[in-house]
Amino acid sequence: MQIFNIVIAGVGGQGVLMASKVLSESALASGMDVKQNEVHGMAQRGGSVISFVRIGDQVSSPVVMPGTADLLISFEPLEALRYSHYLKPGGRLVYNKVTINPSTVAAGLAIYPADVEQQIDAVCTEALGIDALSIAREAGNGKAVNMVMVGTVMKQLPITEEVITAVVKQLSQGKGREVNLKALAGGAAA
Amino acid sequence: MKKIISGNEAIALGFTDFGGVFASGYPGTPSTETLEEVARHGKVYCEWAPNEKVALESAIGASIAGGRTIATMKHVGVNVAADALMTLTQTGVNAGLILMVSDDPGMHSSQNEQDSRNYAKFAKVPMLDPSDSQEAYDFVKAGFEISEQFDTPLMLRTTTRISHAKGIVEQQEKIEPQIRDLDKNVPKYVMLPNFGRIKHAEIEERLLRLKEFAETSPLNRVELKDTELGIITCGVAYHHVKETYPNASILKLGMVHPLPENKIREFASKVDRLMIVEELDGIFEEQIRAMGINVDVGKDKISFCGEVNTDIIRSAAEDQPVATGTAPVEGLPQRPPVFCPSCAHRGLFTILSKLKVFVSGDIGCYTLGALPPMGAMHTCIDMGASISAAHGIAKVNEMAGGREKPVAVIGDSTFFHSGMTGLLSMAYNTGNALVIIMDNRTTGMTGGQENPGTGKTLQGLPARQVEIAPLVKALGIDNVVELDAYDLKATEAAIKKGLETPGPYVLIDKNPCILRYKIRKPAMTVETDKCTGCRACLRVACMALGLTGSGDKQTVRVDPNICNGCGVCTQMCKFDAMHELEGANNANL
Repeated sequence: MQIFNIVIAGVGGQGVLMASKVLSESALASGMDVKQNEVHGMAQRGGSVISFVRIGDQVSSPVVMPGTADLLISFEPLEALRYSHYLKPGGRLVYNKVTINPSTVAAGLAIYPADVEQQIDAVCTEALGIDALSIAREAGNGKAVNMVMVGTVMKQLPITEEVITAVVKQLSQGKGREVNLKALAGGAAA
Repeated sequence: MKKIISGNEAIALGFTDFGGVFASGYPGTPSTETLEEVARHGKVYCEWAPNEKVALESAIGASIAGGRTIATMKHVGVNVAADALMTLTQTGVNAGLILMVSDDPGMHSSQNEQDSRNYAKFAKVPMLDPSDSQEAYDFVKAGFEISEQFDTPLMLRTTTRISHAKGIVEQQEKIEPQIRDLDKNVPKYVMLPNFGRIKHAEIEERLLRLKEFAETSPLNRVELKDTELGIITCGVAYHHVKETYPNASILKLGMVHPLPENKIREFASKVDRLMIVEELDGIFEEQIRAMGINVDVGKDKISFCGEVNTDIIRSAAEDQPVATGTAPVEGLPQRPPVFCPSCAHRGLFTILSKLKVFVSGDIGCYTLGALPPMGAMHTCIDMGASISAAHGIAKVNEMAGGREKPVAVIGDSTFFHSGMTGLLSMAYNTGNALVIIMDNRTTGMTGGQENPGTGKTLQGLPARQVEIAPLVKALGIDNVVELDAYDLKATEAAIKKGLETPGPYVLIDKNPCILRYKIRKPAMTVETDKCTGCRACLRVACMALGLTGSGDKQTVRVDPNICNGCGVCTQMCKFDAMHELEGANNANL
């Protein structure tokens, strides 16, 4: 199998790393080789975060290069646009339409592009925007945006929904398990 | 069993599986998770030291007492521990000792990008450089064996793309920990000049034996394929090379110091073109050129700065400009890291920015106070430098005359690490700076680790909790005053008092880290008809705030999903437009 390149982008604190973990554990459970890589240093909330997941028979480099991603999952519209150049021609983009102001905008130093969704459509013909926050809230917790996003892209991955669901079940505990599974299903139905 | 784990987790697992008994370190990206993972296993003793020198020295003691040991730190941490390292190389070890160091090419979260391979060369110790999680795990075993066989500390080097990248790891058979006899050996461990001279000769001889080992060790592997292009590489760059040229011949160095000269010579003789792909410094290249071997592609084509990737390798090998691929969308607002909503640092830097004082900064979350719109930090050099540099600034300011007292800002963990000695100097040498200690009871920027102020050890056991105020007084500071950085007026008054009072003056803010201690408060809201759009509140640089509307009718909006109710922005409002939001369901971040 050809290597399937996934880029996950978002804002620090949104659960990008947990989503990456679900995808890479699912690939391992499916008997595939996988490398996952994110850059995280500062623990603060609010910075731009990007993570790579590469799935295939044999994967060498942990890094996805611009222009090679099969799938870009973004938890925030501006971040979708920021990393859209990672997509290969014909690559798919799934993003959460709920915006989060960067500190530069919050401080009045920059303006959040009002036409962010149109700009996304202009750079990617295969873009799908969803309101992941509402779906996560319906599932019981606004923090489950990450599981909603995983649910939304499940059908586009070289991994079965059953494996992903089992991994989410395994990785979450207590009350969070029910919420995460609901969020996953809610995302899949979006 | 196969697991998918990061390089840091793999090293922790290797330490637990291969007989490790004592682990110490200081948090530093990208090394931090290693010790946290050892603690999570719960099988082996581990601890956070107040700094890297203490960590390495404690590991030295553990080794002398007969237990396999690891000290973990980031690249700049080795600078702190270097005093110990440079003599440890002479004493050697009893049980195996690994110094794990994590480099950060590309400076994802560091103040410089020094290449730790220089330290291996400098200290004349062997260094292993894994290329993925499996090797990170395996190299711990090899590392202990080499350390014990050659009576030497061993450096295990990772980079960010090893420490934080996850790959599949298959566990090997475990080795039960064995504690050797305590090594009481005066000529070996007491480095008086007489003994040191003997030891220096021994380490030169040891290096020759290590070179022989490197020639035959499977750690250095030749993959002979198409001989048109031969590439010598190490670490994650090996995988980038494989990705770029799956058919090229490769000499993959798992042991990056000392180098296997004969193996390199033989490899070079078999390939038409020799290329060296190494991140950061040209350490292989320098040595290989000094062997008289011709290098066709190296640092003339691959930058000394940052990481390498497939595009860079291809462009260097084929002498083409680096492929640009699809370009990023231009003109988007940047999204730099920022103080968390309701972080106490925000109040402090709002006032420091307003007062336009010179702020000597330090390493921690508060370094973000240097970014716009605050711009209220004017130095950040290394751990602890805020206080010592402020002392030097104050002395010269006095000579220059007519200048204001400088302000130093430092966090609790950094203060314990190496701020205390600077403050001791300030007290001793009749200094004149205002020192603000933001004691949020955690090591924040690396993700909230325990430290001597938190009352808990790395393994979660109750610990003696040091209070900073008595400590500061004991160092010789008379003026020690508590601060509440959420109260802007009081903070401004306290800082002004500290600036006006001659001599060293210390303010201590004890508000806990909201992220570490999961503090939640109801969100704020703006009464739009009262908001004049003056933007005074935006100066606090909180991501929960933003402008809404257009043209002259722009007003501020608080995002209730993000606001955590600290109320610092409301104190900036002169029109009483900001209030607590009733029934707020806040903080989704």
